[in-house]
Amino acid sequence: MTWKTMTLTGWGRTRRAEVAACRPERAPAAVRLLQGRFDRGILAYGLGRSYGDAPLNDGGHVLLTERLNRMVSFDPDDGTLVCEAGVTFDDLFAAFLPRGFMPPTSPGTSFATVGGAVANDVHGKNHDRVGSFGDHVLWLDLVLPSGEQVRVSPTERPDLFAATIGGVGLTGVILHVCFRLRRVASASVEVRERRMPDLDGFMAGLAEARETAGYSVGWIDGMARGAAMGRGILETAETAPTDPAGTAAKAPRKRAVPVDLPGFALNPFSINLFNQAYYRRVPAAGRTRTLPVRQFLYPLDAIHDWNRIYGKRGFYQFQNVVPDAEAPAALRKLLEAISDARAGSFLAVLKTLGGEGRGHLSFPMRGYTLALDFPRRDGVEDLLARLAAITLDHGGRVYLAKDAVLDPAGFARMYPRLGEFRQVLDSIDPDRRIQSDLSRRLDIRGAVA
Amino acid sequence: MSAPTWLVLGASSSIARAFALEAAAQGCNVILAGRDRDDLDHGASDVRIRHNVAVAVVDFDAEVVDTHDAFVGEVTGLSTGFGTGPLNVFLAFGLMPDQSAIDGDPDQAQRTIMATYAGAVSVLHRLAPILEKQGSGHVVALGSVAGDRGRIKNYVYGSAKAGLHAYLQGLRNRLFRSGVTVTTVKPGFIDTTMTWGMPGLFLVASPQACARACLRYAAKGAEVRYFPAFWWIIMTIIRSIPEPIFKRLSI
Repeated sequence: MTWKTMTLTGWGRTRRAEVAACRPERAPAAVRLLQGRFDRGILAYGLGRSYGDAPLNDGGHVLLTERLNRMVSFDPDDGTLVCEAGVTFDDLFAAFLPRGFMPPTSPGTSFATVGGAVANDVHGKNHDRVGSFGDHVLWLDLVLPSGEQVRVSPTERPDLFAATIGGVGLTGVILHVCFRLRRVASASVEVRERRMPDLDGFMAGLAEARETAGYSVGWIDGMARGAAMGRGILETAETAPTDPAGTAAKAPRKRAVPVDLPGFALNPFSINLFNQAYYRRVPAAGRTRTLPVRQFLYPLDAIHDWNRIYGKRGFYQFQNVVPDAEAPAALRKLLEAISDARAGSFLAVLKTLGGEGRGHLSFPMRGYTLALDFPRRDGVEDLLARLAAITLDHGGRVYLAKDAVLDPAGFARMYPRLGEFRQVLDSIDPDRRIQSDLSRRLDIRGAVA
Repeated sequence: MSAPTWLVLGASSSIARAFALEAAAQGCNVILAGRDRDDLDHGASDVRIRHNVAVAVVDFDAEVVDTHDAFVGEVTGLSTGFGTGPLNVFLAFGLMPDQSAIDGDPDQAQRTIMATYAGAVSVLHRLAPILEKQGSGHVVALGSVAGDRGRIKNYVYGSAKAGLHAYLQGLRNRLFRSGVTVTTVKPGFIDTTMTWGMPGLFLVASPQACARACLRYAAKGAEVRYFPAFWWIIMTIIRSIPEPIFKRLSI
């Protein structure tokens, strides 16, 4: 197998890694590969949609999973699918939406892989209803750091299963995933959009939506201050009973950002204008529309490589979750910190999560989750540290799939099951053959026993 | 009329896999033929699940020519079983060892020629009467820019592909009379296992783009095509270098 030297980045393009990469095209080749010798570890890399350094292994090896993307078996009676880890959500929609099935839940991009969805235990706009991706996994085939191939599930090696769900790739290379697709009546959703005038109103709206709506998500104007702080648009949606005539299950049109935009293109002024316009595009009385489900789930996928609008320096994404009881105080402080910093964030996303995931390092907990993009400028790391500190004070946690700046102490306090995770890794990977920039930065493996 | 069937010879390669998926996406049935049965079975379930078309797998080894009669018989049976649509052929196999490996072991030269040229002639010659009889259909075969001029770096493989190019010209001439098109596609740099990590590559095209182009050429009944098309210019220049100069170069 040939190793190719290349540069990889996370989706936010703030972190880069020089790696030796191989790209097996058949599963047995991937198994053989892991039996090699790696001085600075090896890591599976899907399509690099994690924002920070979770998918990177600077100076080490990576195994690209993009060509391990075959669908292995499908049972149309109950929607059970077995596929290789490199299959994308886009692939799933293309193959199954016309047949009345879709992924049980999905992250905000359809270009993520199923392997990545497991490794980050991703959640979507329906988390209160269905939980995160890991909740739908029946079993996984995993190549351990030793090169041994094992099947894990909630009943077979449950510890290893729990370490792999949300385990940011550190238990080995995920080869196959068996999970259940959800049956849907149509390829469309009925979306209701309402203006929320301020933070209290928004939280009340979300609290009601989590009990009643199939999907719910809020878009907050991160630049609004004073009485208007936390204003935005609440979207709730249900699967439509039928598709409007002529729309069927067509894939949405896609455009691409051809070049990196210059750094000044996004500034507080332009972002403010955009956010204002976004708020006002929904009439004061609200509106209801029927949309193709992919357009609703993946508004940004319509623009390929949208991360390039942030220019060469890239951008940070911050996402945290705070428990219900702490949310009003925590969100106020977070939004104040953001508007004080005038860092300029595009629409922030606010939504609710329903409960804990199955993995030792699963991100979700019952509470409110806030996600924002920040163009990378001087001082923004300080703001991110401040946001992490507020999160910690209120018993919340930061999402590893987005993170690039957290420190080991903060991470350990946010993830109380870290001890269990370390135990599993110590038993399956004593030589630390699987590593990532994230695992080293956060000292996920801990001191050598 | 029912959907056409594409027989994909050498179906484990990156381009062939992409071709089978593209053809199935257009509603064609697919027969995957090759040596790695496990991989072909996986490829077949992938095509079937994604595109809901009929898919079959048949063992095929280009080098073992005495199995080719039985192979063609099995393919004909499968294709008829799929329906009345015409049988089309996509030929994607070939063996390209390092020239240095061949220089160290001349038996490898024999294998390269068997797998890349003689095996191709053997199977296409057995399929030709079937295509003539059905009076329609397409043959698309992957040649190579390596077949346009013998070069120090891979002239055994290149000579086998050059032979294949000439064979396909003749076959085109013959099958044209019964309404069957024969297209020779000469790929430049495609992003496959063969080229992964090779230094000095430029403008590498994806296997999917190559596969889509092959289907497009077939539909048009194109004769000879470079893919990406700019390789025609590069190869025209390389072919025009006089031999006294060319023999001193190591391109």
